[in-house]
Amino acid sequence: MESKGGKLVAWALAAVAVVAFVVYMATQVVGPAARGMPRPVAGALTLPDVLFYVIAGFTVVGAAGVTLSRNILYSAFGLLTALLGAGALYVMLSADFVAVAQLLVYIGGVLVLILFAVMLTSRISDIKVSNTSFGLFGGVLLFVAAAPVLLSVALLTPWRVVPPAALAPTAEVIGDALLSRWLLPFEVASLVLLSTLIGAVLIARKEIKAEEA
Amino acid sequence: MQISLSHFLAVGALLFAFGIVTVATRRNAVGVLMGVELILNGANVNFVAFNRYVGSAGTQTFDAIGGQVFSLFVIVLAAAEAAVGLAIVLAIFQTFKSIDVRSADLMRE
Repeated sequence: MESKGGKLVAWALAAVAVVAFVVYMATQVVGPAARGMPRPVAGALTLPDVLFYVIAGFTVVGAAGVTLSRNILYSAFGLLTALLGAGALYVMLSADFVAVAQLLVYIGGVLVLILFAVMLTSRISDIKVSNTSFGLFGGVLLFVAAAPVLLSVALLTPWRVVPPAALAPTAEVIGDALLSRWLLPFEVASLVLLSTLIGAVLIARKEIKAEEA
Repeated sequence: MQISLSHFLAVGALLFAFGIVTVATRRNAVGVLMGVELILNGANVNFVAFNRYVGSAGTQTFDAIGGQVFSLFVIVLAAAEAAVGLAIVLAIFQTFKSIDVRSADLMRE
């Protein structure tokens, strides 16, 4: 095992590296791109704006809950909130079909699967043993390295935005597209799902048989 | 201030950041999988937002929904990944009697 002093030095080096990375990104990459961008004018909040902020808040709070919660079950409920919020954002972005797919596949499928896994693999006393191994400091360090850079890129880059069209249903054209232009990926996806089905059954079953033997 | 592309990208960036922190800090294998789902959702929000604000102006052409179709494929693959990942978690649990990712460091029982 490493000594305590060595660990401290490693963490300090990591912190320095993170700070250097953030400073470098801010001055060299994000700063030049943001120059010459018109300042956004602050206008009155309209109803869609308020709605967006509420939904975005839900989403981010849910994601934070996944990260920060000590109890894995609460993490699962945080994930539910985050996924629901992302689905609502898809609706605001005129992607109705993707929103419904998100609801059906993620919340109806993946989340239930995750809850099953939580219930199947954790004893009740074990549920609380989901605390961090990196420690709080490492997590905060990683967040500081990732979030500010991504956020500043998202907020400061002068994206060439075209004025979006009015909200319109997209299910019909997505159906057409999946069976014409994206037919090959569509079929490959179905093969992937089939192999996933077989693979998941095989992986989960083998060990039970080994245990019985 | 009018809601625009940057706002959605900011939500996607936060989802990604929280996801990557979750993946790195969780001991629980199921928690790690949750982090992966968060990361994929952050990417998906970006895809759909770019599709609306940067794609071609029409709504009913194939070009105008490319981002949405891509995010659909991401959802499909995320579901497949979750199924296989949780099967692996179950196998690890049955082998090592724990889903602490640090305990799964042997290739035999």
